[in-house]
Amino acid sequence: MPGSKSIIPFGPQHPVFPEPLQLRLMLEDEKVVEALPAIGYVHRGIEKLAEKKEYTQNIFLVERICGICSFMHALAYCQGIEMLMNVTVPDRARYLRVIWSELHRLHSHLLWLGLLADSFGFESLFMQAWRSREAVLDIMEATTGGRIIISTCIVGGVRRDISEELMAEVLKTVDALERDLEIVRPVVFDDYSVKQRLVGTGRITSEQAYDLGSVGPVARACGIARDFRETGYAAYKEIKVTPITETGGDAYARARVRIREMYQSIDIVRQAVRDIPVGDIAVSARGNPEGEVISRVEQPRGEVIYYIKGDGTKNLERLRVRTPTFANMAPLLAMLPGCELANVPVIVLSIDPCISCTER
Amino acid sequence: MVSLLKSIINNVLRKPVTRCYPVERRNSFAGSRGHVEMDPSTCTFCGICARKCPANALTVSKEPRSWTLEPYKCIVCGYCADICPRKSISMNPNHGLPGGI
Repeated sequence: MPGSKSIIPFGPQHPVFPEPLQLRLMLEDEKVVEALPAIGYVHRGIEKLAEKKEYTQNIFLVERICGICSFMHALAYCQGIEMLMNVTVPDRARYLRVIWSELHRLHSHLLWLGLLADSFGFESLFMQAWRSREAVLDIMEATTGGRIIISTCIVGGVRRDISEELMAEVLKTVDALERDLEIVRPVVFDDYSVKQRLVGTGRITSEQAYDLGSVGPVARACGIARDFRETGYAAYKEIKVTPITETGGDAYARARVRIREMYQSIDIVRQAVRDIPVGDIAVSARGNPEGEVISRVEQPRGEVIYYIKGDGTKNLERLRVRTPTFANMAPLLAMLPGCELANVPVIVLSIDPCISCTER
Repeated sequence: MVSLLKSIINNVLRKPVTRCYPVERRNSFAGSRGHVEMDPSTCTFCGICARKCPANALTVSKEPRSWTLEPYKCIVCGYCADICPRKSISMNPNHGLPGGI
């Protein structure tokens, strides 16, 4: 009946969702008038478990909060512990952390691009993106021993060094990736069909994005120049990062930001490989963390915040994680009202949701 | 979608990037953390690895001498290999079959 309202449970199992999230969509005909999220399907109690484990064991635990930005979780955690214990990380380790962070950003953005393309039925773009991603995963396995959960960050530095030969391989991989991106970029930026689905979809204003506390590419796509790498953690002090911004505030602008960020990441990897100093890769950290600290790192989806409280024992008193997708959930709910039901998958995927992060 | 047409035609004409598993298997890299190996000839059964294992996958006892790894619990982080004082534990780059068969 025209004009009547109906509620559609969108998820937790849905073909476009890589992870379980439920959105209860109140529809008026085909138009969404309200969206209510229901989360908690993949809650694993990681924060509580972190209080039971030793602070050194927690590195491997926090990496498993999310597979896609696992290294950045370990990095944020280790940086927090290092601040508490006054440990100075060797220069080479800081650069290695940047290289692995940017490789993570590349594979995360390629994964997102594939999922977004899949959400509007563009299978060949999906496979093109994921094929390129395999090369990044291969170089991560070659340099660290793991494809995604690379487990190289430790308190005081990193566990592995990258040899000269492997550095050359890293450069070769990012060169090949740049060539692959040259095929994909015009498709996302200029293709008529893609633009029909993305331009104007899920638009929020800059004020809304700011007021609702959005982070990462969602904020940058609204013209908010906020990138936590600017503050100079790890080796970002030496490698300057300028936030990439767009002004559209819609799914198209968010896609453009992420594609441009991939080029930026490639440049950062090249710069880090060129400038990396020789020296130690880790210092030993003695003692236990005491006090409280907030550690922040820019993940592919935005800024992650780690609150760590140590009481001088090998166990932490409290670990609290605020992940970027959680911050982007409120803007997502602002994007949905007014859109067509068919555009919901595109809008949800345009914020690059990571539900494992959100629920921990 | 026309802009990707050239690439799609190239992909059709090229060899696939996927492999015909299990006939053709992917080789591990030299430093891959495939699975954990222990050399009983050098191990002193001190139990440090069992205490430090983040996943509680190891059980070590001095008397009788035993060292057990539960493959379903092991997260292959390689921390045991790093901290072993006698370097009895090492990471084999080849990935084991599921469940450590």
